[in-house]
Amino acid sequence: MAEVVSMADIEATALRLGIDISSVDLDAIQIPPGEDFGIKSDDDEDLYQEDGFEMEAGFGNIIVVDNLPVVPPEKFEKLENVVRKIYSQIGVIKDGGLWMPVNPETQKTLGYCFIEYNTPQEAELAREKTNGYKLDKSHIFSVNLFDDFEKYMKVPDEWTPAEIKPYTPGENLQQWLTDEKARDQFVIRAATFTEVFWNDPRQMMPDLVYRRQYWTEAFVQWSPLGTYLATVHRQGAAVWGGATTFNRLMRYAHPQVKLIDFSPGEKYLITYSSHEPSNPRDTHRVVLNIFDVRTGKVMRDFKGNADEFTTGGSGGVSGVSWPVFRWGGGKEDKYFARIGKNVISVYETETFTLIDKKSLKVENVVDFSWSPTDPILALFVPELGGGNQPARVSLVQIPGKEELRQKNLFSVSDCKMYWQSNGEYLAVKVDRYTKTKKSTYTGFELFRIKERDIPIEVLELDNKNDKIVAFAWEPKGHRFAVIHGDNPRPDISFYSMRTAHNTGRVSKLATLKSKQANALYWSPAGRFILLAGLKGFNGQLEFYNVDELETMATGEHFMATDIEWDPTGRYVATSVTSVHEMENGFHIWSFNGKLLYRIPKDHFYQFLWRPRPPSFLTAEKEEEISKNLKKYSKKYELEDQDVSLLLSEQERKRRNMLLDEWDAWIQNCKRLHEEESELRRQLRDGEASDEEEEYEAKEVEVEEILDVKEEVVPFDLDQME
Amino acid sequence: MRPILMKGHERPLTFLKYNREGDLLFSCAKDHTPTVWFADNGERLGTYRGHNGAVWCCDVSRDSMRLITGSADQTVKLWNVQTGAQLYSFNFDSPARAVDFSVGDKLAVITTDPFMGLPSTIQVKRIAKDPSEQTGDSVLTITGPQGRINRAVWGPLNKTIISGGEDAVLRIWDSETGQLLKESNNETGHQKTITSLSKSADGSHFLSGSLDKSAKLWDIRTLTLIKTYVTERPVNAVAISPLLDHVVIGGGQDASHVTTTDRRAGKFEAKFFHKILQEEIGGVKGHFGPINALAFNPDGRSFSSGGEDGYVRLHHFDPEYFNIKM
Repeated sequence: MAEVVSMADIEATALRLGIDISSVDLDAIQIPPGEDFGIKSDDDEDLYQEDGFEMEAGFGNIIVVDNLPVVPPEKFEKLENVVRKIYSQIGVIKDGGLWMPVNPETQKTLGYCFIEYNTPQEAELAREKTNGYKLDKSHIFSVNLFDDFEKYMKVPDEWTPAEIKPYTPGENLQQWLTDEKARDQFVIRAATFTEVFWNDPRQMMPDLVYRRQYWTEAFVQWSPLGTYLATVHRQGAAVWGGATTFNRLMRYAHPQVKLIDFSPGEKYLITYSSHEPSNPRDTHRVVLNIFDVRTGKVMRDFKGNADEFTTGGSGGVSGVSWPVFRWGGGKEDKYFARIGKNVISVYETETFTLIDKKSLKVENVVDFSWSPTDPILALFVPELGGGNQPARVSLVQIPGKEELRQKNLFSVSDCKMYWQSNGEYLAVKVDRYTKTKKSTYTGFELFRIKERDIPIEVLELDNKNDKIVAFAWEPKGHRFAVIHGDNPRPDISFYSMRTAHNTGRVSKLATLKSKQANALYWSPAGRFILLAGLKGFNGQLEFYNVDELETMATGEHFMATDIEWDPTGRYVATSVTSVHEMENGFHIWSFNGKLLYRIPKDHFYQFLWRPRPPSFLTAEKEEEISKNLKKYSKKYELEDQDVSLLLSEQERKRRNMLLDEWDAWIQNCKRLHEEESELRRQLRDGEASDEEEEYEAKEVEVEEILDVKEEVVPFDLDQME
Repeated sequence: MRPILMKGHERPLTFLKYNREGDLLFSCAKDHTPTVWFADNGERLGTYRGHNGAVWCCDVSRDSMRLITGSADQTVKLWNVQTGAQLYSFNFDSPARAVDFSVGDKLAVITTDPFMGLPSTIQVKRIAKDPSEQTGDSVLTITGPQGRINRAVWGPLNKTIISGGEDAVLRIWDSETGQLLKESNNETGHQKTITSLSKSADGSHFLSGSLDKSAKLWDIRTLTLIKTYVTERPVNAVAISPLLDHVVIGGGQDASHVTTTDRRAGKFEAKFFHKILQEEIGGVKGHFGPINALAFNPDGRSFSSGGEDGYVRLHHFDPEYFNIKM
């Protein structure tokens, strides 16, 4: 905190220096850019932080209740008790925190009172719950936060039209996509630093773009199209971006924000916080805000206790399954939905209200997911009434809410839904009880969304008792991979939804037996898959080509915890994050399993590739390019060659320089050593020291009699025969 | 070539030292008996009995007649290498850590740990030619550095003493006056405890290893940083090849932190780096625990490593080693 200088001090200083303070035009003083002379301005991060503190220490926890009855002194106590009763239900009122002012002349109350809570959260809650509270017909409470008064007071009496600022073109936030070398960026967080790099595989090392210490207080996150990098702070979230560097583009105030989530088209940002209740018996209070990313405006907020947000789904962070709101309807950011008790609430972003003003009623729904491309919801309802009412999976079209397809399933213990990235297929992994109900087995229901009537196909594994370890669709493709098996080395099978002769039937392509893998990572471009053995397998990696059904390479990143393909499918990053104490850092591999470079980093927390927006090329154009790849790749191959020649030349020079430097240095040392030779000889009492470093190894055999003992050895004649 | 496993110690190894000819290898361990081995075939030649605590360090005289050992039993002892007889015992009030004979073997530098309120010290003792004339008086006592001083060695012509320890600072002292001449700074120096120091064959530069997962090469006269070698592990031991431009670095996570069963987890490897290019050449695996001690044979054709696992592994280099092209 900067030293506070009082006006009196300034005047005293001015007097001493002989300056007439009234003649100084303070507005005319210009501070050189980048220099603040210790004076905090609105733009400064730490002042911003202090704001948050002041809220808590200031009047944020006081509410003003208006429209109370005006009562004479004899009824004062009664009214006070009524008010106290109402407001102590909501939170803990501070000692002497209820103040009802009295008109000194009439001794009557003035019809309002102040209530001070322990925390601003309670005050906020009280305002929400009792604003509009009907004490009786003529006394409807009007409740406001004390802090809000000031805000309302400042509203000018006369309306003035908003000042329309001239349009200033912003930076090109997509500049990174126009990199000449077509490189991709990634962000890493290690210790207190957050750094953005270019992945430069030609140079075999990353190339720093931007580095900042204490950039975020929790984590960083790219927006889904890569335009923004979001940081999380105590006071809220912020997004950063720019043509050449990272500037703060917008801030989203949300105290104690814990989690954030972008909409797929990055138009909106949802922030989440959970606040501990002052009364430990109460549940946590949850606050969600939906911001418009570009304007920073709150489009809608949701507040409530944690219970309201935990129904369905298995509890995630502090009891809430994240994301609470799931976005659907493709990249247009049209709809978002959340699951509640027996309902799915679908909102649309034009008005930020429920579609048709009511939620979708589905008894006992436990899970839902959006198609990645279309406004279609898939829901799962488990078995009811001890199996009398079967479990079901249904597809619902939004906004019409009509059911497109439904499938009843029997003796189900659990379901999981996997959408293919183009929304063409939906695989539902169904765990069913065996007849004895003692164990479960797994099958798949495969929906072909884009075909007429949405045909469903049932797939069971060859050995249907196999446990499913992992499942993954080929991005934009027609294939999927499954890791299955109970033994420590499971099998991996590949299936295709298409076959040459028999379209419309799923068929198995291959099974790889006993692999050290427990996770599947498809290349975003499809075709290649990385079979990874994380955790118990210590970071085994197998790069597999599904077109040719052959292993391209195997590798290992010992103790690897995380794997991510770059958005183009050219490179893979494997990293060991700080869940392990040792080995922290990351490796970059080519798609075919060649280790390109390794970067060790202590306290390594995050590695995230910067996503790319989808390509503007049409499918036909892409097809054409991949057909004539030779023609296009020539140019790049030449560049690669040039770079590699240049590199090896540079490397050779660098090495020679190092060796020359060393030679010069060591020659000097040798000279010194020789100069000191005589002195050394003296220290050794004249023994020739240096020349004698050469010695002769002679082997000398010495026999030494340690002990002589005489012993009578019995001689057994019988043994002779 | 297959390494020779030398099992003679019951506790973790702490230090290894070859004599000048390179035919004998002396090993110190947390058990109380320093041991001498044939450096060629790994046969055990004998032990030096008398210490009553972990032995941290040793040095052997140029003529291979005397051995000096520093121990946690608060003594430093002089031994007859050939007979194993104890010649003299210097007594201290705290555990002794490092010992080093000067050029000419007439002086020895000894460091002692901070103990029961006593600060750590660097002391210089005169070593008498005739053991019967040996006295325990210190010629010089230096105090100042915080924490243990893990290593102290003589500089060129015995004019200086170089020390390094828990405060992560390398210091050069005047061996006559005890005056501090130079110290490493925050920027180029180590960030964590310095665990080992090793001089080059000609004494012109030395290598320091630290728990900050790096080893650094320094000019012994000016204390300028020449090279840095970075590894993934805390460094417990370092050595400079007298023959090729190689350095070897050993370490591993602290034994108390080894939680996984996989022995690669600790990376208990001796790592070879090119001294000038600072590039990793390769690693020698084998220890089931961190490496605490490393030493090159003075001919540069073999080296030995001592581990927390109680083994000394003696490696004779294959012919290919001498043809590594960088």
